[in-house]
Amino acid sequence: MSGPEKHDPSRRAFLGAAAGAAVGVALTGCTPVSREEFFQRHLHELTDAERDVMVKRLEKQYEEKFGKKVTVATDPPLEGVTFAYALDLSRCIGCRKCVYACVEENNQSRDPQIHWIRVLQMDKEKGVDVLKADPYYDSEEVPTPGHFYMPVQCQQCADPPCVKVCPVKATWKEKDGIVVVDYNWCIGCRYCMAACPYGARHFNWGEPNLPADELNPVTHLLGNRPRPKGVVEKCTFCIQRTRKGLYPACVEICPTGSRKFGNLLDPSSEVRQILENKRVFIFKEDLNTQPRFFYFYGV
Amino acid sequence: MERIRNFIRFIVDSAKHVASGNRYYYAWVGFLLAIMAGGAVAYASQINHGLIVTSMRDQVSWGFYIGNFTFLVGVAAAAIMLVIPAYVYEWEPIKEVTILGEILAIAALLMCFGFVTVDIGRPDRVWHITPLVGTFNFPSSLLAWDVVALNGYLLLNWIVVTYMLYCAYTGRHYRKGIVYPLVLLSIPMAVSIHTVTAYLFNGLAARPFWNVSILAPKFLASAFCSGPAILLVLLQILRKTTRLQVKDEAIFKVAELMAYTMGFNLFLTAAEAFKEFYSNTNEKVFTEYLYFGYQGHQTLVPFAWASLLCGVAAFILFVIPRTRKNWVTLNLGCLLIYSSVYIEKGMGLIIPGLTPDTLGDIYEYRPSLTEVGVAAGIFAAGFLAFTFMLKVAVPIMLGEFRGGRNPAREPTSPR
Repeated sequence: MSGPEKHDPSRRAFLGAAAGAAVGVALTGCTPVSREEFFQRHLHELTDAERDVMVKRLEKQYEEKFGKKVTVATDPPLEGVTFAYALDLSRCIGCRKCVYACVEENNQSRDPQIHWIRVLQMDKEKGVDVLKADPYYDSEEVPTPGHFYMPVQCQQCADPPCVKVCPVKATWKEKDGIVVVDYNWCIGCRYCMAACPYGARHFNWGEPNLPADELNPVTHLLGNRPRPKGVVEKCTFCIQRTRKGLYPACVEICPTGSRKFGNLLDPSSEVRQILENKRVFIFKEDLNTQPRFFYFYGV
Repeated sequence: MERIRNFIRFIVDSAKHVASGNRYYYAWVGFLLAIMAGGAVAYASQINHGLIVTSMRDQVSWGFYIGNFTFLVGVAAAAIMLVIPAYVYEWEPIKEVTILGEILAIAALLMCFGFVTVDIGRPDRVWHITPLVGTFNFPSSLLAWDVVALNGYLLLNWIVVTYMLYCAYTGRHYRKGIVYPLVLLSIPMAVSIHTVTAYLFNGLAARPFWNVSILAPKFLASAFCSGPAILLVLLQILRKTTRLQVKDEAIFKVAELMAYTMGFNLFLTAAEAFKEFYSNTNEKVFTEYLYFGYQGHQTLVPFAWASLLCGVAAFILFVIPRTRKNWVTLNLGCLLIYSSVYIEKGMGLIIPGLTPDTLGDIYEYRPSLTEVGVAAGIFAAGFLAFTFMLKVAVPIMLGEFRGGRNPAREPTSPR
């Protein structure tokens, strides 16, 4: 269970003098929201200066909570870049190193556990069939004979059903193709979770529990900054890394080199080479979500 | 000024009337308040710990709350449907049936808003979904459509009821030029709120159980049976306990219409079952989970069959004239229909839509105690609102409760 005792309400309650905060306190119980947070407008309505104020507030809030310095970056999309991902099904051995590297990089709640990547163990005889898949495989060694492994995470659809259904525009597709969530705007209705065909969206059912010594302090406003309870989160292709020219954590950790990442608009990029030369398949292609995440057979 | 003063007096008198009653009335209100208090305690725990105190998880991200919401939208829509036969068959108490239907719709809508509010993870941010104030994703999101449709419908019903009762209270006849267009407008509005709610699920290609074009028609068919079922029982109670007169024929006629809509609803269910089981694609897994269980997971199976059997039994009771015109079997039929649709449009719609999840994982959902407690609280609040509105409306309709400056000048007929 999440530990509300870890979260000292009195620390921030001094801000609760304002009327807005009073409403917020009444409505959210043990985690009071400050007046600024309560009246925080949608990111797209903020000027750059107002956004910086918000970022400063968040950084201060995180520093108070975790007792160490946290940076919240706002790097914009890179010009001429649309990110794409390719995953080699013939190489993946199902070791789940990507799952945990993602958790460490992106500050997911450790308890209750939230994983942005889900690795499905499939029968070679049955092919890609989610109804025959086992996400809870627990073998001593991987790969086990007769199986192949299919990691699933946000497919960063070009036509994302989750964005379409959000009643408050709390989630959107950035210029570089990354689908992001504004954790300060999401109302937690979970309509996007019902709409996502890939199980890529995850909800903070309880207060996320992230030990301070495990916190990754290098964060992005639209990515791995610590989340509050009651909002939805998802894979952002490690927006805090990839917009700086780094690979996503899952690509970097993969011991078999199954994971490839790059710029779809650059003809010489590795993902483009794969799309042009390998046998590629798109997960749930019939739903026409147009993923920027491609599965391929490298050998 | 005169009007404003009259209206204020109307409000004050109504409030006084709500506050006074006999022993049974106080007992009933006290009972509802007690359940509401229990619901408030459960909700406080949910607020403190988050939705983790529910049984919902990432795999089944909607549950009991949204199920009840969906069912109650149907009740709200169908309450007005009763206005159609009232006009077509020129029943005697058209005005009364209209007012009762609209009051039921208002109470059902209040419960709908309650269920949506307790379902969201950040109730402190509801203002984000308020049109003009927040960032309303209209027309893209069907949830935004639902907010517009439900609020519009609530407003419409509230205006009509208040206006008609206020006129009766002041002893004037309501203006047909105002009421008729509004009541006529409320009929397509009723259809639209339920259609939009069906589309909310229908539009999700990720969920094959909902992504079938039969969904909206089936919503309407089932709602047409469940809404009137409540009103039929209510009309019988009211004509026993008050001077309100309702002809037997009117009640039997509604029951007959309910038989047809239930028959149609069962036909649509059969059509769905045929498609799923005959074509035998992977998509039948959701229907299979509902009716037969899947890989040993059986939670919904008894409920699914209970719903189906109740529906069939009610259909038989209502389609045979003898049992339709017998008070015992008629009321039994109402109960059966209510149970059937409550299961079908609640858990029977939401849970199999999400089980197994999009990656084939099966998480068996059963509402937690907190969810049941919160839901009971919302139902109690809805019943309380319904009781209060009836407490004022019925005596006004009967001409027993009246105020205003010159009540005797232009007397209204009892109906």
